[in-house]
Amino acid sequence: MAEHAPSRRNYFLVFAALVVGTVLTYYAATLDLGPLNDVVALAIAFTKATLVVLFFMHVYHSSRLTKLTVVAGVLWLVIMISITLSDYLTRGWLNTYGAR
Amino acid sequence: MHSGHIELQHHFDDMEQQKEASTFGMWVFLVTEILFFGGLFLAYTIYRARFRGVFAEASGHLNVTLGGLNTLVLIASSLTMALAIWSAQVNKRKLIVVFLLITMALGSTFLVVKYFEYAEKFHHHLVPGPDFEQDYPGPNREQAQVFFALYFCMTGLHALHMIVGLSLLTYLLVPSWKGRYTSEWHNPLECCGLYWHFVDIVWIFLFPLLYLIGSRHHVS
Repeated sequence: MAEHAPSRRNYFLVFAALVVGTVLTYYAATLDLGPLNDVVALAIAFTKATLVVLFFMHVYHSSRLTKLTVVAGVLWLVIMISITLSDYLTRGWLNTYGAR
Repeated sequence: MHSGHIELQHHFDDMEQQKEASTFGMWVFLVTEILFFGGLFLAYTIYRARFRGVFAEASGHLNVTLGGLNTLVLIASSLTMALAIWSAQVNKRKLIVVFLLITMALGSTFLVVKYFEYAEKFHHHLVPGPDFEQDYPGPNREQAQVFFALYFCMTGLHALHMIVGLSLLTYLLVPSWKGRYTSEWHNPLECCGLYWHFVDIVWIFLFPLLYLIGSRHHVS
């Protein structure tokens, strides 16, 4: 893996995008979008996180092993959250023992 | 071509393999950190789904201006951290130190702001405990207490990571000044940078989830 030619310009562009994202998050929260508020806030946060991972953390220019490691980490986080919530959020759907 | 480099450890074939190994190792550690903070975000999600209205009301007691300011401070510190590594890649020894110092100044600013936020919470008896149970200005005290317990756990552990990050940057200062990190080898700089950016990402999620879920209600 050759050392890529580092570009300062991209870093400033990413920084500008992160600032815009922060301002957007703030204003989106002042609107009443119902349940969409959470969706919008999380979408902006994931976009900002992705920019940081790809460019500030150099994953865009990294080897496939590094990319696989990052994806594996996020995947296991999704598994942990989705399987746990599939329990907590569905309690009471069936009138069985333990349901409230 | 790199095989004779002074920083090449004997158990690696070349500089490239050494860099790959250190980046991989750091990311494996960061994956454990993702799951560590992930557990807290999961606890937050479960309680928020259950106590939705109370969480929105309790969130209104947080200072959105200070939280937003700290978000911008951390983003700026991520930029200067990236620029510190860029300085190593173009062999500008003094510039590495300058950017590390700016990054540390911004990180310290974050912690000072956080201190004032915590002090305000203590002052208004918004810290889980006997005072909270007596003085919380609203119904559903027990549920609001869960929100503040999560707030202090998540932001407290995040602040602890900031302190660790600041220690790591301090440790990098002297070797940077002595010119040890060059375009050929700057793995410690790279790994500490990954850690710093990770801590920034945690805050990117904490800010909207803790501070902004009640701002449109303006309780405080």
